[in-house]
Amino acid sequence: MSTERAIVAWCPDWPVRAGAAEAALDPDGPIAIVEAGVVTACSAAARAAGVRRGLRIREAQSRCASLVVLPANPAADARRFEPVLTALESGIPTVQVVRPGVVVIRAQGPARFFGGEPEAADAVLALLAGAGVPEARVGIADGPFAAEQAARRTTPEARARLVPPGGSAAFLAPLPVALTGLPELTAVLAKLGVRTLGEFAALPVDQVRDRFGPAGEAAHRVAAGLDQRRVVPRVAPKDRTATIEFEPPLDRVDQIAFALKRTAEGFLDALAADLLVCTGLTVEIGTEDGGARRRTWLHPRSFTTLDVIDRVRWQLSGIGVEALEAAVTAVRLAPASIDAAANHEQGLWGGGPDERIHHALSRVQSMLGHEAVLTATIGGGRLVADRRVLAPWGERAAPQRDPERPWPGRLPGFGPSSVLGDRPDVAVLDPAGVPVAVDERGMPSGPPAGFVPPASSRRRTVTAWAGPWPVDERWWDPVAARSVHRLQVVDDDGSAWLLCYEAGRWWAEARYD
Amino acid sequence: MPSSALQLAPDERARTVEQLQAQIRAMQATGLGTRTLPTRPELAPLLPGGALKAGVAYAVPDSLTLAMLLMAGPSAAGGWCAVIGVPDFGVEAAAGFGVDLDRLVLVPQPGEHWLAVAAQIADVLPVVLLRPPARAAAGDTARLASRLRQRGSTLLVLGPWAQAEATLEVRTTAWTGIGTGSGYLAGRDVTVTVTSREIRAAHPVRIRDDRWCIEQAATRLEAV
Repeated sequence: MSTERAIVAWCPDWPVRAGAAEAALDPDGPIAIVEAGVVTACSAAARAAGVRRGLRIREAQSRCASLVVLPANPAADARRFEPVLTALESGIPTVQVVRPGVVVIRAQGPARFFGGEPEAADAVLALLAGAGVPEARVGIADGPFAAEQAARRTTPEARARLVPPGGSAAFLAPLPVALTGLPELTAVLAKLGVRTLGEFAALPVDQVRDRFGPAGEAAHRVAAGLDQRRVVPRVAPKDRTATIEFEPPLDRVDQIAFALKRTAEGFLDALAADLLVCTGLTVEIGTEDGGARRRTWLHPRSFTTLDVIDRVRWQLSGIGVEALEAAVTAVRLAPASIDAAANHEQGLWGGGPDERIHHALSRVQSMLGHEAVLTATIGGGRLVADRRVLAPWGERAAPQRDPERPWPGRLPGFGPSSVLGDRPDVAVLDPAGVPVAVDERGMPSGPPAGFVPPASSRRRTVTAWAGPWPVDERWWDPVAARSVHRLQVVDDDGSAWLLCYEAGRWWAEARYD
Repeated sequence: MPSSALQLAPDERARTVEQLQAQIRAMQATGLGTRTLPTRPELAPLLPGGALKAGVAYAVPDSLTLAMLLMAGPSAAGGWCAVIGVPDFGVEAAAGFGVDLDRLVLVPQPGEHWLAVAAQIADVLPVVLLRPPARAAAGDTARLASRLRQRGSTLLVLGPWAQAEATLEVRTTAWTGIGTGSGYLAGRDVTVTVTSREIRAAHPVRIRDDRWCIEQAATRLEAV
């Protein structure tokens, strides 16, 4: 495998530029990017004041008192680099990103297209200048490593450097061994008196392999100008969102749903053309008052056109009922998760019984609303209502708390069949007919003898009771703190109840019926 | 000496009568070609025919626990269940009785469309538990009944139901494990009264919390 010609475009101090843009600072000021207490990049002004890569923060600040220290933010670097990359790809389609700020391009195509390597270098510089990076540098050499070193050894006056074919070894020979990026190898070689890449390349390859392993052997090959890495151009991600804008804005759900049909079809057809299906959908609804309502919907299988329209309809009904509060100007559909269509193909005789169940339940959902059909799981918690976690059909019910934990204070015995979520008021009376209170030590003021169930005025006699048991949850959190006392009572009708006493009030938590 | 049923002791006679009835029921069941659903063995004696039948309705007017127990058999055997109009449904209790939550669907607030929702879901799910928010018109229940028969789904109604195959009511309950200020609710003994076209009987059933089991204490025919 031979070494191929490579063009490397380098945007100097890219992390500094991206960090300054994120923090709205002047990129020409003294700025240092710091990771783990060590400077990893700095601006030209900081370098002029003596700041270098590898310095500790304290040392860097002592050399340059006005230094602005920013934390490293690789995500922001990549995000800020994306427009630059797009601009570069508009002229040269095959670009590989080494890291934000450094890209490598296979030289053969652009050189032929632009009529020579110097012309290609000028074209790259022009494209980058158009993208707002006028100080970018370009190096062309055999292999990406030599090309990057060439780009780094340019000057602001001559921003492109060309190493002739076959000249990479000679170009790299005087450069320091540290450029291989292998600290262990560098340290050992320095002790042996080998300080330049040329001297390293002169060592016998089998001895390098024996001493430093495959990584050392690869570095040896690179130092000798035999960099065999190929350029693998990135595949630009496709924009799969679909947007429909309404002019004039619409304020009726049925109008919007009708208008959306073709957009939804196009959105799913574009995915289907690439043998993909949408399993999660983000719907963003823009309204006339300038708001944008986003929501992500999941699907147990994959979305069909009708499903997409249903989700938009439900989301609209969440904003207002039939006539909307604010007219809708745009609806944007974006896939939140996609999957290969092969995983969602129907069998030869249809999708089996689950398919029918899903269709029937989806029909009920479109009749009553998304939240009307629920699936249930058991969650963690002490109160019975906390242990019931409901999720709309088609979405994953993910209990936030683990039901398997011990949850001291949770109810022993068998679970109550009716969980009264709305906490209806009840009255608990002692033999004298006085409401029972529970004091701070958890003792009732008298034995419960009478009980008035929710939505009833008839007093029933308590035949058996147990408790009260304290439940003191999240006392460290003033918002979520809850301190209740629970009591089980059996009334003379034979019904059993689970009651809670909270802040002077009794309410029914659950019923055994 | 040739023995006849008349010469037997009273309890033995009752047992023989029951055995004969069971035989007749079994023969009738095969004759009519009705399909049955997997039923918990403890509940089998309560039900006419010895099992839940597919395509009919059962009324369980006053006990959600009993309805959960009826659901548990088909659910544990792989059937899907739906619960319509019961916002209070205690999921943990149902899971404890053997209802598989992975195959359970809840429609807590069907509103005025409850009959349409029930019909829609009964089309595809084998067991539907329904609490009617209002008394249904006779025509509507008949239409739903024919749909059930056609699709082979079983409807459990928490309330009175005109065309029920059987009505299961909890007559008396005794709670165990709870005292006055001591213990906790650990189990219950209930007597279930079953009313159907051919039978009216009361069965004591014990529901206990350890291992979430129910056990049949004894079977006593009240009136034949």
